[in-house]
Amino acid sequence: MQATRYVMGLGAALMLSGAVNAGATLDAVKSKGFVQCGVSTGLPGFSSADDKGRFTGIDVDMCRAVAAAIFGDAEKVKYNPLTAKERFTALQSGEIDMLPRNTTWTYTRDTSLGLNFTGVNYYDGQGFLVTKNLGVKSALEMDGASFCIQAGTTTELNLADYFRSNKMNYTPITFDTSDQTIKAFEAGRCDALTSDQSQLYALRIKLSDPKSAVVLPEVISKEPLGPVVRQGDDEWFNIVKWSLYAMVNAEELGVTSANVDEMKAGSADPNVRRLLGVEGVKGEWMGLPDDWGYNIIKQVGNYGEAFDRNVGAGSALGIARGLNALWSKGGLQYAPPIR
Amino acid sequence: MATEHYSQDSTGKVPLWRQPTFRAIVFQVLLVLCILAFGNFLLSNTLQNMEQRGITTGFGFLDNAAGFGILQSLIPYDETYTYGRTFVVGLLNTLLVAALGIFFATFLGFFIGVARLSHNWLVARLATVYIETFRNIPLLLQIMFWYFAVLRPLPLPRQSLSIGDAVFLNNRGLFVPRPIAEDGFGLVVAALLLAIVGAVVLARWARKRQEASGQQFPTGLSAFALIVGLPLLTYWVSGSPLHWDNPVLGGFNFRGGLEVIPELAALVLALSIYTAAFIAEAVRSGIQSVSHGQTEAAYALGLRPRVTLKLVIIPQAMRVIIPQLTSQYLNLTKNSSLATAIGYPDLVNVFAGTTLNQTGQAVEVIAMTMGVYLLISLVISLFMNWYNKRNQLVER
Repeated sequence: MQATRYVMGLGAALMLSGAVNAGATLDAVKSKGFVQCGVSTGLPGFSSADDKGRFTGIDVDMCRAVAAAIFGDAEKVKYNPLTAKERFTALQSGEIDMLPRNTTWTYTRDTSLGLNFTGVNYYDGQGFLVTKNLGVKSALEMDGASFCIQAGTTTELNLADYFRSNKMNYTPITFDTSDQTIKAFEAGRCDALTSDQSQLYALRIKLSDPKSAVVLPEVISKEPLGPVVRQGDDEWFNIVKWSLYAMVNAEELGVTSANVDEMKAGSADPNVRRLLGVEGVKGEWMGLPDDWGYNIIKQVGNYGEAFDRNVGAGSALGIARGLNALWSKGGLQYAPPIR
Repeated sequence: MATEHYSQDSTGKVPLWRQPTFRAIVFQVLLVLCILAFGNFLLSNTLQNMEQRGITTGFGFLDNAAGFGILQSLIPYDETYTYGRTFVVGLLNTLLVAALGIFFATFLGFFIGVARLSHNWLVARLATVYIETFRNIPLLLQIMFWYFAVLRPLPLPRQSLSIGDAVFLNNRGLFVPRPIAEDGFGLVVAALLLAIVGAVVLARWARKRQEASGQQFPTGLSAFALIVGLPLLTYWVSGSPLHWDNPVLGGFNFRGGLEVIPELAALVLALSIYTAAFIAEAVRSGIQSVSHGQTEAAYALGLRPRVTLKLVIIPQAMRVIIPQLTSQYLNLTKNSSLATAIGYPDLVNVFAGTTLNQTGQAVEVIAMTMGVYLLISLVISLFMNWYNKRNQLVER
């Protein structure tokens, strides 16, 4: 593990000494024939491998959408499972093409790391997971408690801020992977596990008795999670950004993977026709075929389908849409129009 | 004749470019220049490309506020301190583990190594089993074993195992009373220092006397009595200027007292047990390298077995043991970076982990971390080389 990290650091130094190729990511992806995608080391609902080694999750669907847009085949993706600590170095060094890895969009990351956030595919907030028999109803009762956290996350910083502003003490115990944090939590090493709320629900189902733990109602931070790309390649930035927007627009227009063929053939709505590449807009403006939007919806589905299948009502997590509902339904998901 | 003429000019001098020393120097200078140029190329190219990609570079980040907490710190630290401070905190935690690990591994290693050569069948076999087991299981697994398998079954804070109302053990760690010095404790420290100086003087005097007269003096026992007795006496006379801060259960955990976190315990335990197996083998090989004739000669001179071991075998064995010991110490220090697997806040976990990720300055952070490990290793090896030289056979 150590070795990997050092090699990555060195690798970053060496690879960064290669030439910068602005606009070259799409060409490189096309010539190698797949999208190299950085995902988590195992977070159910967002990115995790099933028993057959197939990756699924709402973040994985972002990779699949981009592959569908480029190749017309959502399966042309290879995955790199990364810890929170490794993720940015992997992207900076060119080891991966895109990073949809439940990563919070912050000022520092957007401006000082040479990276760009392409949008928000999940609006989240930090919460606390505690065992039921601890008898705690609110995070404000947890003065002096110890917390299991994943290293290198905004969670670490929010926790420090929260306790400092409420003049309370805490003990942080930081681990590399979310698996280690939940194991330590289960072993009783800490009183609470803190992370983004969606992750808490995802990690809770890994407990031997998920019902023994509860998620506290407080949300102590804003965590807009979204796919990240390298700065300086605007064409690639556009592709990843509009792949997400296409999924959100599709939900808004009522286009699903089930009815997309029918809509493509018969819909009179010009918005739908533009989304599916039948008229009006050209895929070549991003270096893609005209039916890129159709391929995404056909193979991956719209945003609502991806949400339900992975984290929502149709999944083991059963998370409500909440902030992630469409803007027209009281949520925050809003995409610029395709025209 | 022809050859001579070819290689010499009319004055009979070999031309400069044909002189071996000159040529050797030229090639070495060229090589060094090439390496420097390549290094410079890598560095400037990296910096230039990082700037083009909008990645912040430089060491300015060390002055920014860190904003995250650290589990264990030997110096005052909270989230308002700087990233530079996190570096020091991590470094001290690494040094703590390395020092404790080296201390315990050395003792355990010598003990097991000698036990392996014991004439007692059971003791020797037990030592062999110990060595073969712990030497052949990967260290990372051992660390996880001690952390998850041994410390996990410990009770929660409210059901702590306790000795009196002072010592508590639970899955948050071991809590013992913390001694707090009051006015006048300086006297006790002064007495201790005085006793140590006294013991050294005593040892020198005893050696000189033995060289001059052949009479022996119980140096070890008297030095021990001096070092323990004098401070105790001072402590008692000056009216016990020390009080104990007992850990008390409050809220979620114990407060006050001295806390040993389970991560530290697991790491020190695993590192010492693992390295001790190697040190034991070094000790065994050292002792076996001293020929049996030496023992027989010592016995023939009438030395008792204990004295033989102390004055004849060990000094000669040390020459073989020390170089191996050095590399084991280096290994232990470097292996301490596996701490990150169980969340112990060492340099790699804190600085090359969280700080790297929060600042994103991988190149600077990794370079600093590697530099520090190199420095620590060089210091250890310098010290051990000096010690080795002192123990070398002085040939006459």
